[in-house]
Amino acid sequence: MELTLSNNNKITISSNSIKYSDNWKLGENIFNSVLTGSGIMIIMIVIGIFLTLILSSLPSIKQFGINFVTGTTWDPVFERFGALPFIAGTLITSFLALLISIPFSIAISILLGEYFKRGIFSGFIKSMTELLAGVPSVIFGFWGIFFLVPIVREFEKILGITAYGIGIFSSSIILAIMIIPFSASVGREVIELVPSDIKEAAYAMGATRYEVIKKIVLPYAKSGIFAGIILSLGRALGETMAVTMLIGNFNKMPTSIFAPANTMASVIANEFSESTFELYTSSLIEIGVLLFIVSTVINLIGKWVIKRMVVR
Amino acid sequence: MENQILTTENLFAHYGDIDTIKNVNVSFPKNSITAIMGPSGCGKTTFLRCLNRMHELTPNAGSRGKIILHDEDLNKLEPIEVRRKIGMVFQRPNPFPTMTIYDNVIAGYKLNGIRKKRIEFDHIVEDSLKKAGLWEEVKNNLHKKGSFLSGGQQQRLCIARALAVNPEIILMDEPTSALDPIATKIIEELIVELKNTVTVIMVTHNLAQAGRVSDYTAFFYLGDLLEFGQTEKVFTNPKNEITEKFLTGKIG
Ligand SMILES: Nc1ncnc2c1ncn2[C@@H]1O[C@H](COP(=O)(O)OP(=O)(O)OP(=O)(O)O)[C@@H](O)[C@H]1O
Ligand SMILES: [Mg+2]
Repeated sequence: MELTLSNNNKITISSNSIKYSDNWKLGENIFNSVLTGSGIMIIMIVIGIFLTLILSSLPSIKQFGINFVTGTTWDPVFERFGALPFIAGTLITSFLALLISIPFSIAISILLGEYFKRGIFSGFIKSMTELLAGVPSVIFGFWGIFFLVPIVREFEKILGITAYGIGIFSSSIILAIMIIPFSASVGREVIELVPSDIKEAAYAMGATRYEVIKKIVLPYAKSGIFAGIILSLGRALGETMAVTMLIGNFNKMPTSIFAPANTMASVIANEFSESTFELYTSSLIEIGVLLFIVSTVINLIGKWVIKRMVVR
Repeated sequence: MENQILTTENLFAHYGDIDTIKNVNVSFPKNSITAIMGPSGCGKTTFLRCLNRMHELTPNAGSRGKIILHDEDLNKLEPIEVRRKIGMVFQRPNPFPTMTIYDNVIAGYKLNGIRKKRIEFDHIVEDSLKKAGLWEEVKNNLHKKGSFLSGGQQQRLCIARALAVNPEIILMDEPTSALDPIATKIIEELIVELKNTVTVIMVTHNLAQAGRVSDYTAFFYLGDLLEFGQTEKVFTNPKNEITEKFLTGKIG
């Protein structure tokens, strides 16, 4: 093998058997096209999904226009389709779940990110959280029906309201349990990233551990924690199986957070197989489009807020 | 010697089972600047962190012996109180990135939940920034985050932050080693001025800096305090052979 520096300053490596330079170029080209190709494919898939959804929902878009989003009646028998009860159901269950989950996920993030970074205890909690993230949602639904719903029902009896058990409240609790691992793991990571020298500075000024967490760690990590929460909200919005099993599949506007209701994902899953005519099917698909849009909008809002909160 | 502010008696410090500081007895005179010198790993940082009880925050670390501030045993005071009386400036400037310049200066109060009137805080901020020689440069940007400041300005902000709680002693661990020569010069001049209000104990690797700034020099070697005395004397006429080797660059 020899190395020559030619007059135009290019280094050519050659050897008896292999031409490195040619192989390099070929490899690089293949690599580049694979990367570009995958990128383009992703774009095509997303556009493709969106376009086909829009196309298939054209009949109901034409038929109902904006009334589809504002209408509160969902009655396949009379071919009247208004999606507001599902939009409301989705938003209420998701945000309620978020509200329930936030204190727990922040507590777990702090516990694992700052209090017990290493050790058996933290390892155990970490694997439990990971385990929780891996439980199939049908199992959550099952557990909810047999364990959670009776408790909620008792609770509703105590409150003196109609004791359905199933409904928004039960679904939100299950959703909260399902999304805690996501926001907690993101939260833990960002809390671990808080530079130790600013924590040292705070300790050197007499701050206690609690004060360091409250006034140094959390302000520093807040955008990341928020990102985790948005991520988990995205999951809550689209969660189908567990919610379907617990929400009561009641196609009217929810009257309270204890009432049965229905969500966008659930109504699609439940009614798609029985949608016997085109307008029905296309209405369900339009709900899919709306869910797509709601998730995207919430994600964008999240990103925007994170950008504004980032520490710089 | 008269007018000692801080004294250690048979001070030992350890990480795990290993003694890193061995039986140090030293007295720091009030309103003086002491340079702590010695080869890398000899325990300078560890010693400094004992003095405001930061050392005990490190897992598996601890210390024995006595540290006396005026005539009080540091171990009998609350850590909060110790750290209000004995401030610290670190090697890398570490202002709080989430806080404005103003809030950084009064962080010592905010962190400990001490409330004061706005006008009092205004006064503390101006006073501390002036003492740290930063006021003119930041007075129009007090309510911006400190992250746009240069490294040297950030370090002076950290000094202002330490000064704001009126400490009696400020510990500095190589406060200029992350700075360029000009910023270093500014900080050195500042340290000399600080002598009027506080006692400074600083670790430095820079012989010339110790010579320019300090009144006293403490020389550590493998955890032992080999020599302590007036800088002039230690530099021109070291009692210990190892100190001399260090000063002439034969070890280090
Ligand atoms: N957190 C720690 N855990 C265990 N050992 C440590 C720890 N910090 C320091 N040491 C050890 O203690 C000894 C003294 O360290 P120290 O940081 O005090 O030295 P130093 O004189 O400040 O060095 P330098 O000039 O490099 O800053 C070294 O041998 C070091 O390896
Ligand atoms: Mg050090």
